[in-house]
Amino acid sequence: MKVTLKIRRFNPEKDEKPWWGEYEVEAEPTERLLDALNHVKWYVDGTLTYRRSCAHGVCGSDAMLINGRNALACKVLLKSVGNKVTVEPMRGLRVIKDLLVDLEPFFEKYKQVKPYLITHSLTPEKERMQSPKEREVFDDTTRCILCAACTTSCPSFWANPEYVGPAAIVNAHRFIFDSRDEGREERLEILNSSDGVWRCRTIFNRVDACPSGINVTRAIGEVKKALLFRKV
Amino acid sequence: MYQRYDAVIVGAGGAGLMAALNLAGHGHVAVISKLYPIRSHTGAAQGGIGAALGNLEEDHWEWHMFDTVKGGDYLADQDAVEILCREAVETVYELEHWGLPFSRTPDGKIAQRPFGGHTREYGKAPVRRSCYAADRTGHMILQTLYQQGIKNQVHFYNEFHLLDLLIEQGRCAGVVALCLATGEIYTFHAKAVILATGGCGRIYRVTSNALALTGDGMAVALRRAIPLEDMEFFQFHPTGIYKLGILLSEAARGEGGILRNRDGERFMQRYAPTLLDLAPRDMVSRAIYREVQQGRGIDGKNYVHLDVRHLGSEVLDQKLPDITDFVRTYLGIDPLHEPVPVQPTAHYAMGGLPTDLEGRVVIDEKNTPLPGLYAAGEVACVSVHGANRLGTNSLVDILVFGRRAGRHAGKYIEENDWVPLPPSPDRPAQDLVNQVLSGNGNERAAAIRDTLQDEMMDKAGVFREAKGLEAMQQKLRELRQRYRQVKVEDRGRKYNTELLEVIELGGMIEISDALVAGALARQESRGAHSREDFPKRDDPGWLKHTLAYQTPKGIELKFKPVTITKFEPKERKY
Repeated sequence: MKVTLKIRRFNPEKDEKPWWGEYEVEAEPTERLLDALNHVKWYVDGTLTYRRSCAHGVCGSDAMLINGRNALACKVLLKSVGNKVTVEPMRGLRVIKDLLVDLEPFFEKYKQVKPYLITHSLTPEKERMQSPKEREVFDDTTRCILCAACTTSCPSFWANPEYVGPAAIVNAHRFIFDSRDEGREERLEILNSSDGVWRCRTIFNRVDACPSGINVTRAIGEVKKALLFRKV
Repeated sequence: MYQRYDAVIVGAGGAGLMAALNLAGHGHVAVISKLYPIRSHTGAAQGGIGAALGNLEEDHWEWHMFDTVKGGDYLADQDAVEILCREAVETVYELEHWGLPFSRTPDGKIAQRPFGGHTREYGKAPVRRSCYAADRTGHMILQTLYQQGIKNQVHFYNEFHLLDLLIEQGRCAGVVALCLATGEIYTFHAKAVILATGGCGRIYRVTSNALALTGDGMAVALRRAIPLEDMEFFQFHPTGIYKLGILLSEAARGEGGILRNRDGERFMQRYAPTLLDLAPRDMVSRAIYREVQQGRGIDGKNYVHLDVRHLGSEVLDQKLPDITDFVRTYLGIDPLHEPVPVQPTAHYAMGGLPTDLEGRVVIDEKNTPLPGLYAAGEVACVSVHGANRLGTNSLVDILVFGRRAGRHAGKYIEENDWVPLPPSPDRPAQDLVNQVLSGNGNERAAAIRDTLQDEMMDKAGVFREAKGLEAMQQKLRELRQRYRQVKVEDRGRKYNTELLEVIELGGMIEISDALVAGALARQESRGAHSREDFPKRDDPGWLKHTLAYQTPKGIELKFKPVTITKFEPKERKY
């Protein structure tokens, strides 16, 4: 099939403002959008710039705005986008070059929620026990690949860049609901702040934005509930 | 730009992060990585990490050791394998203590499942040894280590690409790297350097490896007269998604999946009557090639079927959710209802920079260390995998030897000073970058890379013979010529990913040369190295490691003895 890629281009070393580049690519319908981008970069215009690595949806490098929705270019097949596809950088983060955005603020927010197991009690010699049921409670949020698709599709984040954003809350959830963790209170306190979880207006944009299929809205809801019902 | 650290780690996958965590608190340490750490390819590992915890049935590290030695066709150094299998156990507990969300047994312990080549009582039957978190074990390991890195305030230089290794007065003095964001070249002056840059699967057309896996650490070492060990052993994983090469974990077969040919026959019965589909990867990949050669591929084509239909939706959703998702996404079929087209996919380099048991890089057949230089993970060759790695052992390797390298380097930086640098230590790296940016030929890097990958797949893949390997050497000479004519369109400094790809390609050609030289010299078939013209293993002639050096005259080989402690070589049958 023939696919026209309409790509938002911007190189700060050359361009005063962004422009649209159009590239026609001959490809199999079962190929990934990433394959088409690679084809453009490798055989048409070497200056096209984006991040990519694993090419099968586990490393989280190639999140971008595809036909108006955040997705991973390596998980979108050409047959699903039609003959013309618009590709733009994710919103809400500074564009550095073409589809590549500044991820530093995103990772800073992730770090704010103390995304690591906090324990005070004595470590056993072997493993800590955890029932399959306890493990199941936080299974969904262990799958986050930190691609930034949810955070950068959130209008509350666009409006207030200080908001920690859905991805950080998802990663806090992963620990708050882990039966082994003892840092629940400190994490909830961080999320209770003015730029924490209450900034979320439940606009649901990110429900279908998660390329890993995490139910982000439910995770945020569970964190809000934990805050409302916690012992003061 | 000049930076000075006690130690610099290059690469932020499992091995690099584990080294960093063991160096934390021992000095001023930096980790440089061409990707954000969380994007590293450790995250793509699926099926599990092998350790004889014995949570579901009796198991012992000695059995794990035997399986690893036999799986590696007796080429692994057994003192190293013993360390690997003993320390695997404490390593898995350490991961759990750091919060890794393992799947659990009904009584709350870490869950374990069978995996290829892992057996009880020295080969009697499969054993449940692979500790797993669904089929996302690598993702969980990478996440957990990165989380600990944040907790321990590890200093990361994200999106820095390794350009050169500094060796002065016979000691390692640091590295030179390109900051992708600015295009600036940084000299990292360091007492110790740990290379943890991963593998080089992208030298092949069909591979499970990320686009980033271009063997950067291996290439830089070759240019600095450091040898690469046992490069001729490259593992093809039997079950890559047809054409795409995306990995479908051995866990699919560990949970009961079956390989079938066009007649629906479970052909592994003929190749490995005891372990069947759970035979080691080299044997299963060869079996698939043989079935295809004999016309029993599906529709006469070069693939077979992986059948998991009988496992039922609960096993697929609970224990193999990711690979089920890959099949649905990329093939548009539901593995619950249809068999999955698979073919062998280039997966893992058994070879790499030779190291001793402490992760120190050694540079000759007498195991002389190069002071200050360490390597761990897929970039290294300890050798614990010998001629063929068992599934789950790469995750053990990166953690056990990442930790040992980190610990030894921690002592080294306390006892040693910086080696003085010459006036312009970054000169060779500057020249390399300028040369690429000013190139005025008429070659596209992608076209050269496509040829390299196709030819390597064809001539240095699962089966090899002298004629093809000699043709490959000729091809590599041509590709080196063409490489000098590469022209880039992006001449800017900031995030010049085209420049990056051209530099990567140069290294891929050199690594391929080392691989092919070893493959041509080794006139036997052992583990993943199968010579059609020398189909038998030859212990008197070839029970030894190769060391490939890049010289102005081409690749030169030296040989190093294999360390045998507990298990004398025997014929390898399953």
